[in-house]
Amino acid sequence: MDQLFYASEVFINGLMTGVMYSLVALGFVLIFKASGVFNYAQGVMALFAALTLVGIMEGQVPFSHLINATFGTHLSNFSWTVGPVVAILLTAGVMVLLAIVIEKLVLQHLVGQEPIILFMATIGLAYFLEGLGDVMWGADIKTLDVGLPQGISDTIEQATANWFGYGFFIDRLDIWATIIAALLVAALVAFSQYTKQGRAMRAVADDHQAALSVGISLQFIWIMVWSIAGFVALVAGIMWGTKSGVQFSLSLIALKALPVLMLGGFTSIPGAIVGGLIIGVGEKLFEFFVGPMVGGATENWFAYVLALIFLVFRPQGLFGERIIERV
Amino acid sequence: MKMKLAALAAGTMMAAAPAMADLIVPNLSYRTGAYGAGGTQYADGFNDYFTLLNERDGGIGGEMIQVPECETAYNTEKGVECYESTKEGALVFNPLSTGITYQLIPKVSVDQKVLYTPGYGRTSAKNGQVFEWVFNAPANYWDGASVAIKYLLDENGGDLNGKKIALVYHNSAYGKEPIRTLTELGEKHGFELTEIPVEAPGQEQKSQWLQIRRDQPDYVLMWGWGVMNQVAIQEAANIRFPMENFIGIWWTGSEIDVMPAGAASNGYKAVTFNGVGTDYPIYEDLQTHVIEPGLASQGGEHIGSAVYSRGMYAAVVIAEAIRKAQELAGTSAIDAPQLREGFENLNMTQERLAEIGLPDFGPAFELSCSNHGGNGKARIQQWDAEAQQWTLITDFTEPDSEILEPLIEADSTAFAEENGITPKDC
Repeated sequence: MDQLFYASEVFINGLMTGVMYSLVALGFVLIFKASGVFNYAQGVMALFAALTLVGIMEGQVPFSHLINATFGTHLSNFSWTVGPVVAILLTAGVMVLLAIVIEKLVLQHLVGQEPIILFMATIGLAYFLEGLGDVMWGADIKTLDVGLPQGISDTIEQATANWFGYGFFIDRLDIWATIIAALLVAALVAFSQYTKQGRAMRAVADDHQAALSVGISLQFIWIMVWSIAGFVALVAGIMWGTKSGVQFSLSLIALKALPVLMLGGFTSIPGAIVGGLIIGVGEKLFEFFVGPMVGGATENWFAYVLALIFLVFRPQGLFGERIIERV
Repeated sequence: MKMKLAALAAGTMMAAAPAMADLIVPNLSYRTGAYGAGGTQYADGFNDYFTLLNERDGGIGGEMIQVPECETAYNTEKGVECYESTKEGALVFNPLSTGITYQLIPKVSVDQKVLYTPGYGRTSAKNGQVFEWVFNAPANYWDGASVAIKYLLDENGGDLNGKKIALVYHNSAYGKEPIRTLTELGEKHGFELTEIPVEAPGQEQKSQWLQIRRDQPDYVLMWGWGVMNQVAIQEAANIRFPMENFIGIWWTGSEIDVMPAGAASNGYKAVTFNGVGTDYPIYEDLQTHVIEPGLASQGGEHIGSAVYSRGMYAAVVIAEAIRKAQELAGTSAIDAPQLREGFENLNMTQERLAEIGLPDFGPAFELSCSNHGGNGKARIQQWDAEAQQWTLITDFTEPDSEILEPLIEADSTAFAEENGITPKDC
């Protein structure tokens, strides 16, 4: 009986972890869906957004190391700090600016190029952004506290202990991540279904040429999509950064999104969510049941095995669009 | 025009290349990537001590010290490239990576360079008869594991029989180092060891900590690095694991490991072989000669942190070995083989540490031709979240040589046989 409770606990925590993976995967999906670009820089965007958020909250002087080294000054912080809500809004503004700069300096010059060229450009962008984040805010690990609670939920532990005689562990941060992810997905779906800009975004995703022919500005749509992906990256950065502190390994969370994308499909927002849940639950249950027999640490590779198994049966992913080419 | 360009190029090359008589100690550092936060602090401490010697004393024995820095990003291939690009004229390497160390061990033997790996690298390199060019004093991973268990023995009235200890480790050569020692110690003292690997980088550890919550071990030991440390300490707090029963090796005992978890990390412990904080006389000299003139590495913002202090300590030991080598060779312009002699005759006493301005900062130890690792003494530090500082809670403790010596002998002998090395007669 205990094993059943343990497995159930692992299952629920797998779902919660899956939501965290989905948050990262969503950013990839948004950009790929609208522009056909696989944005390798999505993980670094989450890092950059989180670094910027902490920097603004702490009143850190951007580029202070560079300024100090060049001019012999001793700048580090302004005399003020900024509250979480204002800081999040300001960071979202920075991500919009970043989207505009990326569109003007990179994407605009690559219109009509092969997808692989655009992909390579995002690799360059990832390394540039990582370096920019380092120069702008420093390499130190930063504590991020926007007021989200962390740690075991006493209510759930107490309730499950009363019902089953075993108190389940659920992290309150994971509960908040689930709520925020649900709101984010609902907002994205509503935006794409019920707003003029959202419909334009879908039109561009369906057919660039046709969208252009009816007067939709490709430039505007790309800036909008990259801005939204930047905001999603900010949300992912907040969640992961709250957990581990904001540090440069945050960019590696993109590796957790790849199997989610393979499984859920690169063009489906629900796919990113369901894919994340399946990967989260699958890797946690595999680690629970099989891990001890094979020395543990199975999660990183098993997520990809799981995704590959799904790909065998549905190459376009669970919710991806089936590619039909007529000759 | 061509002449001007040629003169400019020649001038640039002369400026970039260290003068031939200088003591060259490359700093194979990592300031970028997933492990950059810890790597930066270590590199700063390492650089600053040599800067102090250059500025205050005019180098060592009248020879200036050059510390060319090369970024490895904690990547083994890049680390080897850095070694190859900086080895010309170099005396000693300290790459701060067990993975890079394993790759450099055969190379330094061929190139006759000293490899100094304090508190990391291959543990059995303590046997100088097999690893002639490698030194890992004052302590290695097996020493750290043994000191942690000795501390737990003290906490439990000398009896760990029936206790459950979980080892949460970075699933790499580094993280796996203590397993054999802890297994042997478990057999000796009757505790049950559970191994819990964490795949690098360790951003997600929910499964591991759910397992710990189910198994309810009495103690958790940790061999981690980078983000793994912060996440593990946060997850331990999340499941309400008692922090005073959670002990990490020295690479999991820095301020940046505990601060993201805030007050929840209060009471967390770590093994250490170096002091921490700025309450040592040397910092007055550092302030005068390095910080105030603006020569501190990265502006000196990490001065006194645990990892900065460890980087500085590595530089102190290297500098003392250089002094000894100069004394033995009768010349200040020593080469790497002479530095090896200096290391093998190094006697780091508490009196000498006090003279340097670091009283009781590290353990006293003596090296020899056969003993490249010292006596392995280490101590326990505990995090005070309110004061935001580490407190040393034990004196230096000697590890269990009865267990460790046979293990080192067995591992180094196996290495010698695999690589066709005839152990040196010491």
